[in-house]
Amino acid sequence: MSTAPNMVVGQSKAARWSFNIAVILLCLWVLVPIYLLISNALSAPADVNGFPKKLLPSVNTESVEFFIGFYGVTKALWSSVQVAFLTMVMAVLIGAPAGYALSRFDFRGKSLFRIMILMTRAFPLPLLALPMAIMFIKVGLDDTVFGLAIVHTTLALPFAVLITYSLFSGIPIELEEAAWTLGCNRLQAFIKVIFPLVLPGITASAIFAFVTSWNEVFAAAVLTIENRTLPAFLLQSLDDAPLHLKFAGGAVLVLPALLFLFFVRKYLFSMWGIANR
Amino acid sequence: MAEINIKQVAKRFGKTDALHSIDLTVEDQEFVVLLGASGCGKTTLLRIVAGLETASSGEVHIGGRRVDHLPPKDRGIAMVFQNYAVFPHLTVYENIAFGLRMAKLDEKEIDNRVNRTASLMHIDALLKRYSGQLSGGQRQRVAVARALATEPEVILMDEPLSNLDALLRMEMRAELKGILAQSKTTTIYVTHDQVEAMSMADRIAIMEAGKIIQADTPVEIYRNPAAHFVGSFIGNPPMNFLPAKKMDSSTWQVAGASYHGPASDKSEIQFAIRPEDLIVDANGPLQATVKLVEPLGSHLLASCNVENTLFRVALDSDAQVKAGDTLSLQPMSDRVRWFDTETKLALQ
Amino acid sequence: MQSRSLPYLLLLPATVFLVCFFLYPFVLVAWQAFATDEGEITGKYFNKMVSHWKFEKALYYTLALALVVVPVQLVLSLMMASFVSSMKKGRDLILYIWTIPLGISDLAAGIIWLAIFDQTGFLNSVLYSTGIVDEPVTFLGYQNKGTIFIAVALAEIWRATAIMLVILVAGIGLIPKEYYEAAQVYGANSWQRFTKITLPLLKPSLQTALILRVILAFEVFAVVSALGGTNLPVLMGEVYNRQFVLQDNHTAAAFAMLILFISIISTVFFMWALRTPKGVKA
Repeated sequence: MSTAPNMVVGQSKAARWSFNIAVILLCLWVLVPIYLLISNALSAPADVNGFPKKLLPSVNTESVEFFIGFYGVTKALWSSVQVAFLTMVMAVLIGAPAGYALSRFDFRGKSLFRIMILMTRAFPLPLLALPMAIMFIKVGLDDTVFGLAIVHTTLALPFAVLITYSLFSGIPIELEEAAWTLGCNRLQAFIKVIFPLVLPGITASAIFAFVTSWNEVFAAAVLTIENRTLPAFLLQSLDDAPLHLKFAGGAVLVLPALLFLFFVRKYLFSMWGIANR
Repeated sequence: MAEINIKQVAKRFGKTDALHSIDLTVEDQEFVVLLGASGCGKTTLLRIVAGLETASSGEVHIGGRRVDHLPPKDRGIAMVFQNYAVFPHLTVYENIAFGLRMAKLDEKEIDNRVNRTASLMHIDALLKRYSGQLSGGQRQRVAVARALATEPEVILMDEPLSNLDALLRMEMRAELKGILAQSKTTTIYVTHDQVEAMSMADRIAIMEAGKIIQADTPVEIYRNPAAHFVGSFIGNPPMNFLPAKKMDSSTWQVAGASYHGPASDKSEIQFAIRPEDLIVDANGPLQATVKLVEPLGSHLLASCNVENTLFRVALDSDAQVKAGDTLSLQPMSDRVRWFDTETKLALQ
Repeated sequence: MQSRSLPYLLLLPATVFLVCFFLYPFVLVAWQAFATDEGEITGKYFNKMVSHWKFEKALYYTLALALVVVPVQLVLSLMMASFVSSMKKGRDLILYIWTIPLGISDLAAGIIWLAIFDQTGFLNSVLYSTGIVDEPVTFLGYQNKGTIFIAVALAEIWRATAIMLVILVAGIGLIPKEYYEAAQVYGANSWQRFTKITLPLLKPSLQTALILRVILAFEVFAVVSALGGTNLPVLMGEVYNRQFVLQDNHTAAAFAMLILFISIISTVFFMWALRTPKGVKA
């Protein structure tokens, strides 16, 4: 992806310095707020509520322990994991076959399906929580982990379809055809040739689905009461919870997502880039 | 015994006809090349034989068995793809063994065959490598080895050499020809490279716009093109064509001189001659004005103007010719060919 | 080997899912906005929505936030994207850092900026320690809508620039290097190369990025909740209040229709404004 206009030829020293400084400032702009959150989460509650703040944390797990021990937190964490896991499984299992079909076949209705997928982009999807709340009451899925996972899957599915579509499209069809001429049927060719090649990408798209669900607030808050996920729990305790609970909660919310993103960083651009075209 | 019979095979993509009722028989152990420009339908035809594409109508028989309803794996074929399609997640060894494992051969036989074909293709040393660690030429060899290892009755090759550089292509061309002759398989080979076709084929099928125009031996195709298209496509540079006006029953006037030609009731037909079949002769009937001279080493190519038509002449590389000269040329009488202006077919 | 029914079979689960849980619910929510529980068509829920004293403020703040945040993000992401594409060393690391906010939820972003803007937060600490203020300022109190607005805008810019950046970096990656070299040969300086090559060829990516981003901006909710509570009303917050706190499904649906409406308007606008003429492809 080396596309750039060549900045080095004829570039002055001053220009290079201001370029470097701008890049570093932008890095700080991203990193400092995260540092401050984590610094807060690793400070004792007294320091978190005290004033003025120290820039170095006291490194003390009291806030985190308080958060974990707080009524409803472990349950919310568990709900979050369940919902995110279900979302991940459903998004990949439903999305990947569609992505494969789009990449390998020409058929009537293909563009209609693509339009439907792209339409989901132009709609504020969290609003789906409203009608779903009513639908779920009718079928007994209200306030359930599974019900929320369905809404989150709607959020994650279009991405899963487009990402797997680009993954499958990236694998030359000749590889599959070669397998067919060497004695495989369609399923065998898929299992022996295509699947091993897309597995890392599928894993990355699964992680994306997981993070999508893990981070979602609005639908989770509207659709759950007893089975609140962590974001829904935090949202509802914003008014009355002490500061150290919020910051510890925020840190617990942020860290897994960062970790996951680190593992899929290689796929970030191919996925978001292509999926968004 | 694996003869391939293609009977009235047609293929439509939507409203366009990619193939118009193709008939072609490939004899057992014969090497047939499908030659044509891109988009002429040659690859589609090959893929229909392989079972990767379904014909809109017609039948395909391999070894006397009708196969057009069978999936590729049940047709007894092997195929070599243009981009090699060497599985990137498997070693060279496992790539060659792939078809053998699918056929559930025992481990000893697989090992034997992999080693045998690998040494035949000179890739013994690469067996543990992955495709990412191979050069284009090596990948090509793996792809051929993988096809040969299954000992198929029929090998289908889709422009297998087109991604190699010129020197390597020439080397592989000769090697492939030898290996395929030895393996006694029936081969259909698709290419757009006429030199490749001429040098390798027992028989060449020239395709244009979804039709086979002529299927014959390389020399016959070169010497006796069945249609105007074949003459203008084969040969580098291709045949020269000039309009011929009727004088009497079988005498035709070409660029001011008269020639004995075929009997035809048409008032105008076409005269054709290859650039190398012209002799410079002070008494020659054809007057050609030289426009451009290209020294090509083995010979010298002069692009001339005869009656406002481009006319190429291959001359000896020592010939002293420059732009603006006028050449008097004598066509070699046994090499002159005639074509119908309307049907574009050869006239006897 | 082409089986006619196979593609349909593969698409079936996704289609059924989207019809049941995407298309149908949107019909349902529209129905809720326009009809009573008894099925009578009515405009009263929209009247109720419009006549609420928070309506105008919620609409105003939502649109104002989008208008402030999105242009800043556009400039910032374009700048970052061209920085990244002119880097050789450290490119991957810088990109990873700049895209970290992609993984951060809007709620977490709100909490992160709460740590800065809170009365006992880091901003006050710095201002106090350096003697600029004598006592901590209440940035996020109900009487300081202006500073809440700034805090929310900063948090949004911080959080959601990354998604535009990723789309734009991927888009720039598709522009062949030769175009820049050709432009350079004909004498274009780096600014001219940016405006005459990058921007026009980046149009499809810009379009996607803007559509996606503006719709997300209209959905702004958790950041506002974390930073301003109910002091800064926004449309999505009103939907939440109606639905969850007041249990008034119909008016919530009316608000939803409004958000949907402005989302579609903006999508159509960007599709028109950044359309690519036929035959032009990067």
